[in-house]
Amino acid sequence: MEALIASAIAVLGGSGIYLVLRARTFTVILGLALLAIAVNLFLLSMGRVAPGHAPVIEEGLELGAYVDPLPQAVVLTAIVIGFAMMSFAVVLAITAHFVTGTDHLDGEETS
Amino acid sequence: MSVLLILMLPFVGILLPPLLQRQGRLAATLGAGIPTLLAFGLLMSLGPSVLAGEVLLASREWVPAMGLTAGLRVDGLGFLFATMTLGIGLLVITYAHFYMKKDDPLGRFYAYLLLFMGAMLGIVLSENVLLMALFWEITSLSSFLLIGYSSHDSEARRGARMALAITGLGGFCLFAGLVVLGQIAGSYELSVILASGDLITSHDWYVPMLVLVLLGAFTKSAQFPFHFWLPNAMKAPTPVSAYLHSATMVKAGVFLLARLHPALAGTSPWFFLVGGVGIATMFFAAYVAFYRHDLKGLLAYSTISHLGLITALFGFGTAGAAVVGVFHIMNHAAFKASLFMTAGIIDHQTGTRDIRILGGLRKAMPFTMVLALLGSAAMAGIPLFNGFISKELFLKETLDLPLMAGAPWVFPVVATAGALFSMAYSVRLVHGVFFKDPTEKTPKEARDPSMGMLVPVGILVAICVIVGIAAEQTAGPLLAAAAGSTVGGELPYYSLSLWHGFTLELLMSAIAIGGGVVLYLQRARLYEIADRWPQLTGQMAFEKVQGLILSFAEGLTARLENGSLQRYIVLLLGMALVAGALPFLEHGFVTGTAELTPTNPVAIAVWALLVVATLATVFTHRSRITAIICLSVVGLLISIIFVYLSAPDLALTQLSVEVVTILLLLLALFVLPKVAPPESSTLRKIRDATLAAIGGAGMGLISWAVMTRPQDSISDYYLENATYPVGGGTNVVNVILVDFRGFDTLGEVAVLVLAAFGVYTMLRYARHTHVEGVDDMASDRYPVVLVSVSRPLLALILLMALYIFLRGHYLPGGGFIGGLVASVALILQYLASGIDWAKERMGVSFRYVAVAGVLLATLSGGAAFLVEQPFLTMTLLGLKIPLVGEIDYVMTLLFDLGIFLAVVGGTMTILSQLSHMQEDREPFDEEARAKETDPWKP
Repeated sequence: MEALIASAIAVLGGSGIYLVLRARTFTVILGLALLAIAVNLFLLSMGRVAPGHAPVIEEGLELGAYVDPLPQAVVLTAIVIGFAMMSFAVVLAITAHFVTGTDHLDGEETS
Repeated sequence: MSVLLILMLPFVGILLPPLLQRQGRLAATLGAGIPTLLAFGLLMSLGPSVLAGEVLLASREWVPAMGLTAGLRVDGLGFLFATMTLGIGLLVITYAHFYMKKDDPLGRFYAYLLLFMGAMLGIVLSENVLLMALFWEITSLSSFLLIGYSSHDSEARRGARMALAITGLGGFCLFAGLVVLGQIAGSYELSVILASGDLITSHDWYVPMLVLVLLGAFTKSAQFPFHFWLPNAMKAPTPVSAYLHSATMVKAGVFLLARLHPALAGTSPWFFLVGGVGIATMFFAAYVAFYRHDLKGLLAYSTISHLGLITALFGFGTAGAAVVGVFHIMNHAAFKASLFMTAGIIDHQTGTRDIRILGGLRKAMPFTMVLALLGSAAMAGIPLFNGFISKELFLKETLDLPLMAGAPWVFPVVATAGALFSMAYSVRLVHGVFFKDPTEKTPKEARDPSMGMLVPVGILVAICVIVGIAAEQTAGPLLAAAAGSTVGGELPYYSLSLWHGFTLELLMSAIAIGGGVVLYLQRARLYEIADRWPQLTGQMAFEKVQGLILSFAEGLTARLENGSLQRYIVLLLGMALVAGALPFLEHGFVTGTAELTPTNPVAIAVWALLVVATLATVFTHRSRITAIICLSVVGLLISIIFVYLSAPDLALTQLSVEVVTILLLLLALFVLPKVAPPESSTLRKIRDATLAAIGGAGMGLISWAVMTRPQDSISDYYLENATYPVGGGTNVVNVILVDFRGFDTLGEVAVLVLAAFGVYTMLRYARHTHVEGVDDMASDRYPVVLVSVSRPLLALILLMALYIFLRGHYLPGGGFIGGLVASVALILQYLASGIDWAKERMGVSFRYVAVAGVLLATLSGGAAFLVEQPFLTMTLLGLKIPLVGEIDYVMTLLFDLGIFLAVVGGTMTILSQLSHMQEDREPFDEEARAKETDPWKP
């Protein structure tokens, strides 16, 4: 299972990086979305793989019965911030499109 | 205590002149003068004990953790310098009142002057050397302001910049040197440093430390080859020159030499560096001064020369020479300040400072002539004036230098030659201005100035004469006290009397005085020769170096920063990959030994779908709607993975964020093109794919390495304390968010709200801009089924959101998730029924909701202050509510409600503003557009 998660992170991260390197603003935003997902999964994987051990306290269970809650708290806010960042980027792209007349990342159509 | 008060008075006084200048120039002058006078009076009250040899210390804690104290110290040397700083400061303040232009309200001028004065006092009264370095920097900065006071004059600005560059660079070296010194001595307190001279001079780091400290002293005191900033600083108003270049700024360098004399002096590196540079500067600058035609230029080089003389004396390293050095500091301050002021008077009354134009002023300006004559006589070292005694003692010291036993004649010869030129330029100053026939008319009709300008000069000249006649009786006690702290032990025998019999130094003096007169008489021929020589000055070298540095920086910037964002991203990613790869290369990659979790067919299926959807997003990215659909599949699969990984909160969050994200991207395509042109070359694609593969593989490998190792987390604390009585909940993720790490959460919702406001501001501008080719979808009819289903759904989803929010502390849910679900419910109405319909019914602007949310969260955290608990203490208040039951953690609930509101407000501000984009767009109107303030173009 760990190999599946690690390879999924690799595919998501690599795809994100590739899209971020493209020349159009919207594509870069798509890349950021994929990269954010990859990073979130990466952070969560720091808490290890433990199916069926949700960190909700129940009477009589040992500490080992719960998965590490801290990465989850970190990722939860990261998801929300990721949305905030992405909406800012989207609007930046729209405004840049208005101002420069192109959606090229460099603000001008180049070769 | 009064020491601290003396130091604080000028700094406090800074405010007075600018505030008082509306009441007139006199008020501004008094505003500067009275704090100075008070400080001077306080200082004098310390006089008796300091002259008796006491060292007054006052200290308070600065950074106790590092063992730093902000100590002040008044000993003889500090007292002498503080007296000069405040005393001459008073005279300069008086003089400036009459000298400065009548339309200058003087508030700013005096404020700078007091800032400088306070900093200078700080240098001379510091016990801690780091504190001294701090004040040292302030003098560099405030002298920049003073020299560039006539900021409309480009020459003044240039001079100020040069002074700042040279003295600032020196200050940096000094700071480094003092840190090394402190490390060697084991303390930054002067008392300790001065007592550990042997330890310091025998230390391995002595020479590097000495060079650094001396760079600081030499740049400040304008020693060769750093001298050239001083003549360029002559663009300053003359009162500033009189102050900075006689008693204060440039004296800080020699003060440092005197201050550290007991700890650093007496070695051969010290002798050759300090003595050598000093004597060379003394001769060189005296020579140059003789050729200056500008009065202030002549005095500037003369100042450099005399500073060289003082530096050389300290460089000799003997106690006797140090005494003479301190004595000459006093004498030079008196006569040079008076001469700068005299030069200012001549400039003020005639309109020129050029010696070639001036002449014959003895009739028109008799008082000025007398004062200038007496001041120049002191500068030249004529008997019966103070300059004579210290120069005579200096010449005597050059005769007895053990380290020059191989060539004992070098120093005496150079010193005599320097003194000879010194005599020559002094004669030139007096004769050229007052006696020789004028060559042309001066711009203004010359006459003596008002008493206000003459009196300060008169006081200084009187000091020169009185000290010259009866040195021991007048300056003796102060000199003994100051020299005592410079020497750091018993004072050697010295005599300040005028007549020492027929000695070798008397002969040297006579040669200098006679030769100087002869030299002056031959001046025409000398100028002719000098004109034939090529001009090569330190200033030219400085400007050359400055130009080289600038063009190098410009070239580098142009190469790195060509304006292409795409390129920056590649560079940034490349650097990140290199940084990430380095540990792998150093330590290798090792898989851990922990037991792996068994896999199952469902997981493999989800994994395969995820990989396919991700790659599909990449391959379809040019047809954007398809790419968005693929991306949404990725998001859904991720929330399934979160469920599998025991993260129900994350699954809920991801699911609701996914909805708003996809909506956001679709809204963006209202404006942005829906299809991207193919443009990357194959080569570029290969390069990017390689980078992407390395980056992705790196992330995967690191997470693999971590997941295959056993875990040791700090989270046990959270798990143990999540429930009553600390956290009071069972959903540990939520307890961490609202309680343990509540401060983080507060910051994060603030970021969300800030982003929403950024979006709002940018779109307000964009809404009024017309763009060709945007689809007009506003006219489409809203689908009936969606409209009729969405309205009852609203109530249901909102109820659901409330439920998720309320249960969050115990079961998966909470403010974040509830807020997102509520946002989905609301945005559905926008989609189904249109902006206008929805907006009419919302009743409140979402921006206010967002702000209210952040405020509520902050206040609920701040409530803890009322009972003197730390910020965000949640266990404050329990409530009994009928029907609902007992709620123990009211503050937690309020905080989470704040998050809920902030998330709803932020998300809805973003989405509703984007929806407005194509609804509100006004018809294109160039005129209306032009009337709008355009925030994007200057």
